[in-house]
Amino acid sequence: MATKKMAIIATKGTLDMAYPPFILASTAAALGYDVQIFFTFYGLQLLRKDLSDVKISPLGNPAMPMPVPMPVMVQMLPGMESMATMMMKQKLAKHGVASLEELRDLCLEADVKFIACQMTVDLFEFDKSEFIDNVEYGGAATFMGFAGDTDICLFI
Amino acid sequence: MNFDKELNARGLSCPLPIVKTKKALADMASNQVLKVISTDSGSVKDMAAFAEQTGNALLAQEEANGEYVFYMKKK
Repeated sequence: MATKKMAIIATKGTLDMAYPPFILASTAAALGYDVQIFFTFYGLQLLRKDLSDVKISPLGNPAMPMPVPMPVMVQMLPGMESMATMMMKQKLAKHGVASLEELRDLCLEADVKFIACQMTVDLFEFDKSEFIDNVEYGGAATFMGFAGDTDICLFI
Repeated sequence: MNFDKELNARGLSCPLPIVKTKKALADMASNQVLKVISTDSGSVKDMAAFAEQTGNALLAQEEANGEYVFYMKKK
């Protein structure tokens, strides 16, 4: 049986949206899939060595469960984003959910290939030295080269 | 049931029990049995799916006191 393949495009850089690509990629790799993640636009933030800037905001996120109902006018106050992020991280840890760093390391350990979108790196003038080492740089055609032959292909 | 290795996955959430099972199996020989203890209720379906997709055999599973125990035989 040929090895199954999965390709993911990761486009979001918030804490909540950072989890699905790494969870699905690490799981697929554990199931024997050959996996690549193409990081583009805000998804590039997930390749930084330091992930402490990956946050969650209650603002514009009405589905986010809150311990107490919070009016939008309060959500916009300075420090609310950091507070929400801290609370979410505590919740994740309490429930035994791995940190982003841990999941990302598990992906790398399982030979998940990370590709950063060169165009967005240039667009946002990101410094490649701020990214982890195990990253290749390419464009849409690079992604298609792998994605065109996959069993699962997701845009997150 | 006899087993060759035990994996304590208590307190871990998806996808860690599966990923750690895969890693534990990687260090074992064919036909050896891995015992996995999990507290994640989602792992009941996930371990079965893992076995089905990887070809390792889920020999047995038990549930007691909020813990789920699996015996996985490496293919």
